[in-house]
Amino acid sequence: MPAFEGINMSWFFFILFAALAVGSAIAMISQKNPVYSAVFLIITFFAVAGCYYLLQAPFLSIVQIIVYAGAIMVLFLFVIMLLNLRKEIRLPLHGPWQVAFAALFAAILLLQLVMFILAAVPTFHSAPGHGALSGGGEPLGLLLFTKYIYPFEIASLVLLVAIIGAVVLGRKKLPKEF
Amino acid sequence: MTFTQPTIDLTAVSPLLALLATAIFLLLLPLFFRSAGRALLAFVAVIGLLISGVCLFRIPVVPISGFDRLLLLDPLAIAVHGALLLAALLTLLISLNRVEDEYLNYGEYFSLLLFSLIGMMIVTSTWNLLVLFLGLELFSIALYTLAGIRKMRADSVEASLKYLLLGAFASGFLLYGMALLYGASGTLQLNEMMLGIEADASTLALIYAGVILLFIGLAFKAALVPFHMWTPDVYEGSATPVSAFMSTATKAAAFIVLIRLLAHSELAIRFPWPQLLIVLAVLTMTVGNLLAIHQKNVKRMLAYSSISHAGYLLVGLTAASSSGDQAVLFYLFVYTAMNIGAFGVLSHMGVSNADERVDFESYRGMGYRSPFAALCLAVFMFSLSGLPPFSGFIGKLYLFSAAVEKGYVALVVIAVLNSVASVYYYMRLVVNLYMRDPAEELSLPRANAGLKAALFIALLLTVLWGIYPSLLTDLLAGISRPLP
Repeated sequence: MPAFEGINMSWFFFILFAALAVGSAIAMISQKNPVYSAVFLIITFFAVAGCYYLLQAPFLSIVQIIVYAGAIMVLFLFVIMLLNLRKEIRLPLHGPWQVAFAALFAAILLLQLVMFILAAVPTFHSAPGHGALSGGGEPLGLLLFTKYIYPFEIASLVLLVAIIGAVVLGRKKLPKEF
Repeated sequence: MTFTQPTIDLTAVSPLLALLATAIFLLLLPLFFRSAGRALLAFVAVIGLLISGVCLFRIPVVPISGFDRLLLLDPLAIAVHGALLLAALLTLLISLNRVEDEYLNYGEYFSLLLFSLIGMMIVTSTWNLLVLFLGLELFSIALYTLAGIRKMRADSVEASLKYLLLGAFASGFLLYGMALLYGASGTLQLNEMMLGIEADASTLALIYAGVILLFIGLAFKAALVPFHMWTPDVYEGSATPVSAFMSTATKAAAFIVLIRLLAHSELAIRFPWPQLLIVLAVLTMTVGNLLAIHQKNVKRMLAYSSISHAGYLLVGLTAASSSGDQAVLFYLFVYTAMNIGAFGVLSHMGVSNADERVDFESYRGMGYRSPFAALCLAVFMFSLSGLPPFSGFIGKLYLFSAAVEKGYVALVVIAVLNSVASVYYYMRLVVNLYMRDPAEELSLPRANAGLKAALFIALLLTVLWGIYPSLLTDLLAGISRPLP
C-alpha cells in the first residue's frame, strides 16, 4: 500500500472508485432484473480495476478488466439470456423462524467481519522477491519465461486439452468408420 | 531486467516430452491418413508409452529437481510414473476391443488419454502447489471429456457433467487451501512451508485450514468417503476402458500427492493426522464394501469396490512410515493390474454400445463359453478380495503389517473384517461364472488381440507379483521417509 501523503488526487480517485465499487455491488444484489444486476457487476469490476491501478498494479488492473469484465461477464450474460428469466418468482418463507435464523447468522457474519477489520493483524506475509511485479507486464513476462517456464508450459497444455475436449464433445456428427 | 535463457534439464522431462509428442501426433494422424483405424492409433500410442518408459528408466536414481525446484524426480515419483504408464498401457490395449466402437475411433480419444497421463505424471513429481494445481486440472479436464466421449448415451453425458461439477468443487477447495497456505507461509513449495515462519497461533490456524482444504480436494479425486458420491455414476456412465483408467491411475496420482502432503515432517508432526486418517479409512472401507454388496450391476460393484480399496490404501498411509509408503506403492501397482484386467473382461462381455451386459445375471455360465476371459475374471476377483496366492493378498499383507508395526491393531482388525466381507460380493460373480447355467444362449464375439494381450499381461502380473513379490518390492525399496 502506497502511503498517501494527505489528501491528493490519487487519494480522491481511490475513494471515488472504492465507493463506486461498493455502491454498485449493493445495487447489483438489490436489483430484480438479472440483466441489470449483471451490468452493475461490470461497473463493480471496472471500479475495482481502478483501485488496482491506483495501488500501482497496472498489470493486475488490466487483467481484471480483460478476465472479469470481459470473459466472465460474457459468460454470465449468456447464461442469463439462455435461462430466459422473465418474471421474478417469489419463494414463500418457511415461517418466522427462518427470518430469525437468517438475521442471526447475518449478524454473526457482520460481527466477524467487523472484528476482523478492527483487529487487522497482518497475518499474511507478502510474497518475497515479487516486489518488482507491481510495476507492470515486463517483469511478469520475464518471470514466466525464466523461473516459471515449467508451469507456464503446463498451463498452455491445459488450454489445449480444454479446446480438444470442447471440440470432441461439441462435434455433432460422428466420423464414419475410417 | 535482462532475459537469461533458463537451463532446461531434458533428461528429467524426457518421459513427459515423449508422451506429449505422441499425443499431438495422434491428433494429427487421422488428418493425414484418413484410413487410420483404431489399431494404428493405439499402436502409435503404445509406442509412445514405451519410449516414455525407456526415458523414465534412464533417469538416474538420485533425486533430481529441475526448473528451479519446480520438478522433482525422487524414487517415489519414478515408481508411481511406472504404475501410471502400466495403467495407460493396459487401458490402451483394452480400448482396442470392439465394444463402444464408434466412440473410441477418434484420434482424440487416445490423445486425451495420454494428456491425462501427462497431467498425472506432472502432479506426482512436484512439491510446488502451482504445478500441482495445473497438473491436476490437466488430467481432470482430459478425464471430464473422456467420461462423456460416448455422447449419444444419456448416462455418459450425465457422468461427464457430474464429474465436471464435482471436480470443479474439488478444485475450488484445493485452490482455497493453496491460497491459505501461500498466504500463511509465503512459499508455494510444500516441503518448505514450515521453514522460517514464526509459528504463532494465527499463522498455524491458517496453515491448518489450508491443509484441511487441500486434503478435501485430494480426497475427492481419490474417492474417499464422504467425498465418494460421484464415483459409481461416473464409472457406470463412462466407457469401460475409461472407467478402468480413472479407477486406477487417478487413485495412484491422488494418493501420491497425499503421501507428499502427509510425509512432510513439519506439517505432519503438528497435525493430528493419525486420528483423521483412521476415521476416514474405517469409513471408506466400510461404506464401500457395504454398498458394493447390494449392487446388481458389475460396473457399479467395481466402483464401490474401488472405494473400499482406497480405504485399504489409507490404512497403509496411516502407518506414516517408509514401509507404509512402499506398501501403498506396491498395492497401487497390484491394483492397477487386477482392476484394469477386470474392467477388460467387462468390456469383452458387452455385445454392443446399447447393451453393455454389465448385470450379474449376464455372467452366468460364462466359464464354459469363454474359458480364458472367465478364468481371468475369476483370478482378478480372487485377487481383489485378497485371497492367496494372488498379489492382492500380498499387497494387503504389506499394507496391514505396516500399520500393525506402528501399533494400529484395532484399525487392522476392522480392515481384515472388511476384507472378509468383500469376499461375498466378489465370489458371487465367480459363482455365476462357473456354477450356474446361462439364462440365454450368449454368443460372445472373439476377443481381439489387444484385449487378449491386456488380459494376459494383467493375469501374469497378478499371479507373478503374488508368488514373487520381491520382483516389485526390490524396485520400490528406494522410497523412504522423510522425502528429500
